Amino acid sequence: MSTHTVRIALPTHLRRLARVDGEVLVHVGTPATLGAVLDALEASHPVLRGAIRDHATLRRRPFVRFFACEEDLSHEPAGTPLPARVATGAEPLLVVGAMAGG
Amino acid sequence: MAGVRVLVGTRKGAFLLTADGARREWTVHGPLFAGWEVYHLAGSPMDPDRIWAAPSSGWFGQQMHRSDDGGATWNPVGNEFRYAGVPGTHQWYDGTQHPWEFARVWHLEPSLTDPDLLYAGVEDAALFRSADAGATWQELPGLREHGSGPSWQPGAGGLCLHTVLLDPTDPQRIYAAVSAAGAFRSDDGAVSWQAINKGLVSEGIPDADAEVGHCVHKLAMHPSRPEVLYMQKHWDVMRSDDAGASWYDIGDGLPSDFGFPIAVHAHEPDTVYVVPITSDSEHFPPDGRLRVYRSRAGGREWEPLTAGLPQENCYVNVLRDAMAVDELDACGLYVGTTGGQVYASADAGDTWAPIVRDLPAVLSVEVQTLP
Repeated sequence: MSTHTVRIALPTHLRRLARVDGEVLVHVGTPATLGAVLDALEASHPVLRGAIRDHATLRRRPFVRFFACEEDLSHEPAGTPLPARVATGAEPLLVVGAMAGG
Repeated sequence: MAGVRVLVGTRKGAFLLTADGARREWTVHGPLFAGWEVYHLAGSPMDPDRIWAAPSSGWFGQQMHRSDDGGATWNPVGNEFRYAGVPGTHQWYDGTQHPWEFARVWHLEPSLTDPDLLYAGVEDAALFRSADAGATWQELPGLREHGSGPSWQPGAGGLCLHTVLLDPTDPQRIYAAVSAAGAFRSDDGAVSWQAINKGLVSEGIPDADAEVGHCVHKLAMHPSRPEVLYMQKHWDVMRSDDAGASWYDIGDGLPSDFGFPIAVHAHEPDTVYVVPITSDSEHFPPDGRLRVYRSRAGGREWEPLTAGLPQENCYVNVLRDAMAVDELDACGLYVGTTGGQVYASADAGDTWAPIVRDLPAVLSVEVQTLP
């Protein structure tokens, strides 16, 4: 099975939580889906479990967004293949805290 | 030399304020968990180096962190709070039934005897327990399922379990309080629970003396006399002399009996403190004067404590977990405000001075008395 190296750009709070600088790289099989990338991210950084998706349902938290290639992937099912430029590592998957007050 | 460590949770992080026993010169450490709402921190009575913090965020949910070196370093522990079984529903603001959903941890209560054991009160109201120092959490569902749960409805701040009191003389006896449901007691280690709200009268509910539905804001007890409980309710300051079986009003003499926190002197079980707030819609002190009120007679009479506290143009609030007492010989008292000030008194409230003035809004204040 071929693998993809996917770049993930986390927001500041989650970078601090995961104690990482810059992007996180994860390795997933084909096709590289949003769900597989998040599974791999949480496996390599367990502290992020519950911070992006609900622990039990794995639903995206309401004020977290997934952007890539100038598209909003937030509402895509977990099994949706990521854009080719993300799957090839040309562009990162952006995990974003939604614009909201506080 | 003995000292204190004040644990301050704020809307945008946590701060640790330390001083020696004189409590005049303070060191401020923080912000920890910058940008996160820290509803509460608590230290183990068995091991003062062990502290838990419960940061949460509207974006990224609940975190739980533990320090084993007095707050110098922190590591994440378990943050999964899953209700036992199918949790069912409670009343929503519009009277419909609403699924029980975890929102955040409001309060941490470490065991008095076991440094690995602690309780967490959460929103939507439930009691959780960790026996492995926070690595994993299990709900104690007896409270939520004791019978009245479907009739509980959230107060303005949410359906929160904000108070857990442990009886130091009886490890099976635990108290909890929920806004807006009331006070509850278990005599069998949190397996079964009973509502303990007899004597409470709340004008804001259809049946003013109902068994449940009261917006209890905080409970306090002195460890040497655990059958005596003090309560700050939405309105009314109350006392029970029979472990909550019945309550009577002790609010006469206060400029307002609305407020949030209530605390008992570390060495005098009849000395109790409240912070009167104008009303349920005017969450600031009466007349713009921040006064802590002290009763040295178990609530029979009250005196205002004002020296060093702002006595004009003060319109901050003091939230339910934002008052604490230390256990030094000269009992210290600490109050945090929504204006970001933390005031300290090293003489049981007679005189006050600010430790810090410009923190984010203070959500909680706890204090550890260090050897």
